[in-house]
Formats: sequence, structure tokens, C-alpha cells
Amino acid sequence: MKENVLLERLKNGLLNENPTFVLMLGMCPTLAVTTSIINGIGMGLSTTVVLVLSNLLISLFRKVIPDGVRIPAFIVIVASLVTVVQFLMQAYLNDLYASLGVYIPLIVVNCIILGRAESYASKNPVLPSIFDGLGMGLGFTFGLSCLGAIREILGAGQLFGIQILPLADRANGVAGFTPITIFIMAPGAFLVLAFLVALMGIVRKKMAAKGKPLKEPSGCMTGDCAGCGFSASCQGKSKDDKGGETA
Amino acid sequence: MKALILIAIGSALVNNVVLSQFLGICPFLSVSKNAKTAAGMGGAVIFVIGIASLVTSVIYKFLMVPLGIEYLQTIVFILVIAALVQFVEMFLKKKMPPLYESLGVFLPLITTNCAVLGVALTNVTKSYGILESVVNGLATAFGFFIAIVLMAGIREHIEGNDVPKTFQGTAIVLVTACLMSIAFMGFSGMI
Repeated sequence: MKENVLLERLKNGLLNENPTFVLMLGMCPTLAVTTSIINGIGMGLSTTVVLVLSNLLISLFRKVIPDGVRIPAFIVIVASLVTVVQFLMQAYLNDLYASLGVYIPLIVVNCIILGRAESYASKNPVLPSIFDGLGMGLGFTFGLSCLGAIREILGAGQLFGIQILPLADRANGVAGFTPITIFIMAPGAFLVLAFLVALMGIVRKKMAAKGKPLKEPSGCMTGDCAGCGFSASCQGKSKDDKGGETA
Repeated sequence: MKALILIAIGSALVNNVVLSQFLGICPFLSVSKNAKTAAGMGGAVIFVIGIASLVTSVIYKFLMVPLGIEYLQTIVFILVIAALVQFVEMFLKKKMPPLYESLGVFLPLITTNCAVLGVALTNVTKSYGILESVVNGLATAFGFFIAIVLMAGIREHIEGNDVPKTFQGTAIVLVTACLMSIAFMGFSGMI
């Protein structure tokens, strides 16, 4: 029984509520760092570490933290963990740290982390919370590596930095692959994500027809605050059709 | 002076915060359905980022560097920004009701906007002084304003277009963002 809950949390994060494909959360790092599969995996794993530890701590302290100040408390916990991860990466994985740059400290504002803290870890025991964080983190890592792989193959013909598609050499008349460089530049990120969203729309429709509808995306992408941990502090005032009316 | 202008152009156009650095994607996609609200959001972001880069760089220079606690920057900045936004909201509500009417709804949203924290951290990474930080902050925010208003204008036109069914909604917005990003790449030779 106990193990079922843990496995269920893992599966939930990896498939049912995959943060990248299903919930569409944390889109800033998703777009920014997926220029190669290595960057995607690095970003995903650093987020996973922060997510597991923050879920662990928040679940431990869930009965001590007063309800009124829980969001600031969560932010302090997450920011401290991010700082620790940042220093560890700077010390041991300096190349990766240099290529991810400002996006490592920005893990603090990744809505997946506060979203899980708010919707799961602050209400559940320690062990399931750890596995929830692990599942979500690995799901995010999986999403980032998929996007990273697509962009690296199309944009450079490489995977893990190894040339897998032989390059064309026009001058010597060698046929081969011409890298579509735009895919590893900024516009490519938007384009790949656009196709992903369109594809997931089709999958969603198929699953609904089978009677197993997927969870709706809940991120800021849809203008819906439910998935965001900060929704409690901003009272979900983002609905833009109401803009200007609410005083 | 020349250095400041270069920073301004660089942050507003060349390295546009949304289209080339991918910060603040959430409001860019979700609050860009019509030009008026988009302009409101853009205005609020300029306001908050301007104040936030001033306050964070002052705190960094006069508090954190003398105490030798630069390593706490992420924690300090996110708390300062969160508190600042709350404070600005209360101040505007009390003292400047007309401005609050137009910006108020967007203010709480901005705490979570990674662009604000991103700018504060970039200012430190590039070791900008206080004046440079404010210029960089305002220019970055202006870049956000340009991007979100243009996007809203385009989206108003997309409404009447015949978009393939699969791409309706977020997907076509992302394709539009891709094209805008290509256009902004044209500025890359400027500096």
C-alpha cells in the first residue's frame, strides 16, 4: 500500500502530470536552456535536486509554518536551496554552470517548485512529498532533454556534442546534412515549443476520445493561476479580460 | 554617457528580455490578448523593474558588499522584490489612486516575473554601478513593453484569421513569438 503511493507519485510526475508536456509549467527555463541535450539534462537535474529537497523541508515544517506567511517561508527555503545548488555547480560542474548562467538562480521563481510546495508538500507526509518532487523533477528533466535533443539534432546535427548527422560539404560535392542553425538560436525555441503545444493538443483530443482525458495545462501560459505557487499571494488577479476593472 | 546609451540599446532591443533571453514569458503569453491590457502590464513592469533595480543595487552596494554577504544575493533579492511590490501596491493605492487603477491589478503578478529577479542578478553579474543598473533595468523593461504591445497588436489581428485548427490558441502565439524573435535578431549587429 505504502509503496503504491510512492510509485504513483513518480508516475504522476513523469507521465500523468508531466510539467513540460501536460501542465506546461516552467516555460522560461524550458525555452532558454534547451539549446543542447546536455544543457537540458543539467537544468532538469538541478531543478530536480532543488525540488526534492524543498519538498522534503516544506513537508517536514508544514505544521510549524504559520499559514499566513507560508509563501515567504517557502520562498526563503527554495532560495537557500538554490544558492547551495548554485555553489555546488560552480565548484564541481563549472562548464555547465557557465552555460546555464543566470537561469540557475532563477530556479527560485520556477513555478513548478512553488506549485508543488503549495499544492502537495505542504499538505502531505515527508516520504510521498520526496517522491512527488522526484517524479516532477524527472518529468521536467525528461521534457527538457526531449526539447534539447530535437533542437541539437536539427540545429547542429549533433547529440551530446557528437556529430550524428554527417555534414554536407558543398565545395567538395559531399552530400549530407546542413544544420538549421535557427533551431539552436532564440526563435527555434519558440518554434519547437509551438509544435509541441500543437502536438499535445492532438494527443489531448485522442485521449479524451478514449475516455482518459489529460489534465488541462495549468501554467501561466494559459493565463490560469492554479498551477502557480504564488496564486495565493496574488489572489489570481491575472485574468486579463478583467484587467482594469478589479480595484 | 556613451556607455549608458549602449547599455540601454543593448538591453531594450539587441538582447530583448522576452524574445532573446526568455524572461517573463508567462505574462508575455497570457496578458497579451489585447493591446490596452498589454500596455498596462508593460507600464507596470517598467515601473517595478525601475524601482527594483535601484533598490537592489543600492542594497547590494551599501549593505551586502561591506558585510561580505554577496553570496546571499538570490535570497535577498527575491525577498526585497516581493516586499517592494507589496509596498508599491499599498503606496499607490493610498497616494496615487489613478495610477493604481491602471497598474494595480498587474503589480502582484510581477513578483513572480522572472525578469525582475533576472535584471537584478544581471546587474550584479555585469558589476554595473547604481546608475548603470537603473538604466539597464528601465531599458530591459522597455524592451518587455515593446515586445508585449507588439504581440498584443498581432494577436488582435490573428483573431480574425483562419488559423489551422491544431495551431489555434497558444501554438500560433508561439509561432508569432518565433517570427518576432527572428525580426529582433536583426538588431544584433547594432552594437
